[in-house]
Amino acid sequence: MQFGLTETQQTLKNTVRKFLAAECPPAQVRKLMDTETAFDPELWRKMADQGWTGIIFPEDYGGFGMGMVEMAVTLEEMGRALLPGPYFSTVLMAGALLESAGNDNQKHKYLGPICRGEAKATVAFLEDSASWSPEGVHLKARASGGDYILDGQKLFVTDAAIADFLICVGRLDGALALFLVTAKAAGLRVTDLPSIDSTRKLYQVTFDGVTVPRENLLARGDAAQNALGRGRNIATVGLVAEMTGGMQRLLDITVEYAKTRKQFGRPIGQFQAVQHQCADMLVYTESSRSAAYFAAYAIQEGIREAAAAVSVAKAYASDAYREVGNRAIQVHGGMGFTWENDAHLYYRRAKASELMFGDATFHRERIAKLIIDGSQVRQEELAAVAVEQRR
Amino acid sequence: MDLSFTAPELKFRDEFRAWLEANVPADWERHRTEDEMLARFEFLRAWQKRVYQAGWAGIAWPTEYGGRGATLIEQVIFTEEMARAAAPPLANVLGLMLIGPTIIAFGTDAQKKRFLPNILSADEIWCQGFSEPNAGSDLANVRTEARLDGDHYVINGQKVWTSYGWAADWCALLTRSDGGSTQHQGLTYILVDMKSPGVEVRPLRQMTGESEFCELFFHDVRVPAANVLGKVGDGWKVALGTLMHERATLGAGVQITLKRQFDRLAQLSHTVMRNGRPASEDPVMRQKLAQSYVEIEIMRLNQMRAITRINEKGVPGPEGSIQKIFWTELNQRFQQIAAELLGPYAQLTRGSEQAVDDGQWAYSFLRARGNTIEAGTSEIQRNIVGHFVLGLPKSY
Repeated sequence: MQFGLTETQQTLKNTVRKFLAAECPPAQVRKLMDTETAFDPELWRKMADQGWTGIIFPEDYGGFGMGMVEMAVTLEEMGRALLPGPYFSTVLMAGALLESAGNDNQKHKYLGPICRGEAKATVAFLEDSASWSPEGVHLKARASGGDYILDGQKLFVTDAAIADFLICVGRLDGALALFLVTAKAAGLRVTDLPSIDSTRKLYQVTFDGVTVPRENLLARGDAAQNALGRGRNIATVGLVAEMTGGMQRLLDITVEYAKTRKQFGRPIGQFQAVQHQCADMLVYTESSRSAAYFAAYAIQEGIREAAAAVSVAKAYASDAYREVGNRAIQVHGGMGFTWENDAHLYYRRAKASELMFGDATFHRERIAKLIIDGSQVRQEELAAVAVEQRR
Repeated sequence: MDLSFTAPELKFRDEFRAWLEANVPADWERHRTEDEMLARFEFLRAWQKRVYQAGWAGIAWPTEYGGRGATLIEQVIFTEEMARAAAPPLANVLGLMLIGPTIIAFGTDAQKKRFLPNILSADEIWCQGFSEPNAGSDLANVRTEARLDGDHYVINGQKVWTSYGWAADWCALLTRSDGGSTQHQGLTYILVDMKSPGVEVRPLRQMTGESEFCELFFHDVRVPAANVLGKVGDGWKVALGTLMHERATLGAGVQITLKRQFDRLAQLSHTVMRNGRPASEDPVMRQKLAQSYVEIEIMRLNQMRAITRINEKGVPGPEGSIQKIFWTELNQRFQQIAAELLGPYAQLTRGSEQAVDDGQWAYSFLRARGNTIEAGTSEIQRNIVGHFVLGLPKSY
């Protein structure tokens, strides 16, 4: 049993950190968040050259073919750097969903460009009910001469203004269906929704009789539901890894500040009231990291508890990141409340991340369904501490 | 990352699991709930002997000292399996986990030969005399005096919170051998026969009604100088070795116990009614139960990471403090949730006709209160994390 990074994974982590420190330092984050789409074409190109835009996708489509743990490592560092722009939407949301839902042709046509860094994309899921359950999806699709016509509205769509295409989750004859819609489609309107985290922009997307050619229906019915489930699990793990990186950065800058800021003639980090805040931040951060990497591993290995592991991670990290942010700002005192200090940028990301793919309450209910409702039969499983050797 | 067990580890697990299935005494529940303290202890002593005869006592100890030379993972498996089988604890837990390993690390050949076999067989039970009335969290403030007189030390002083003091044949005692010294200098770790004249044991009744702890009084107790463990004046170093052993694998058993309790509570939630429906259907209780599941699961994952780090670095480090903060506070929250779920039944203790699970929940609610105090308070653990992990300046 070895629960830690391999040497290769550690090397990857160092590489991503070094790259982002050079290419996307805090000054660049601030610059990008003040732009309309937070997109930096040059940075995008360089990340694609590293293979990151195809990180988890098969080599057949130009991907890097890496595992979920490598993905988590990369995302952790991106979260640490507070990387702005559509990487998450493109790779973890649209890419992962496309890989699960699409056929070979669709993947060559759309996943290939993502891998090569030629396309940005996103997923349009939420509607005015703001529910992360499939039951909340009502956007209407109807067949028309072999093609499909979409009518309705999506909300909270990340990076829609910079996306070359988006995957829209709708209902076709009452069943869930996934449509790939290009940005240029007639009747598609993207309006920005100014929000708390300017590094990850949100939009309202209106479908006013948008025609989707038949070959761009990715999946429907159970296939759509399963693909959504798998895509969502991968994206959620990526998000929790990213959140962990953000927590680590908040912890680092807070400890650094507590060592240097002096009051009453000594560093404030010498006071236990401050030390204990920092200790709690560490506990939150390390616990989120454990949960994130286990969930990544569980998906990678396809173990039964993967769905519960994802919800454990998101339920925990949703509260933890916000709480780490609270304490970071508190320890920084007045400085922490200023615009110049970076703490609030992470605090904002923490809130936005908490709300993405369901907050702690949402995931606790999901866990209750998985664990409590079936608790009589899960005795053996609950007690398993290390995963059985499969094979 | 690879969270699977190797084939030898699985073999070890299956072998031990099978042994437990065949050997955990069927009447253990009765001894646990009905026996008085001493009778129960004699039962546990007999149980350890059985474990020892089958070759499962002191599995972490090197084979040359009668152990099994088990790897860290095997130790974790051992602890998990014990908890999973709800097996009785081993009577000589301090000897096996703390004092034996310290004797192996610091003892002379004669000391090893004299003490180790009887620790394994439970023929001699050990306690640890560290804390004093004025040396609790500030352990280096130890005042119990050891004065050299010929080839003996004469011990005078008082110890407190001594677990198993009432059952112990021997005590691993931390003393101040250099009267002029302060703090970490001038301390000596010495092995004291509890039957020596001048040793007085007074059980302390704790809030659960039990007496796990004692006060120990030493009045001109003469101990052969040959019983000093390690070098005279090196007591802090020797004691620290002991404390480091304390939390290395302990968490694994705690986690399984918590998971067993959680599982039982989840089961109860289907039959216990809240607001006219089963608690399992009450949205608030569902949230709280799920949060407990999250925390117990994360404790397991943190534990696996900590074990991996010990495996790679060779020694337990301050990460143990993170674990201790996490599980003790989690247990208190969990016991509160259990009490909430059970409602008025939560307060019924052992012997009440209407008690759920023979009052186990009322007991564990009270017992959990001690978790954030014993073996280093949460405040001290946070100081350790602040200073030794995060590098913040020491506050004292």
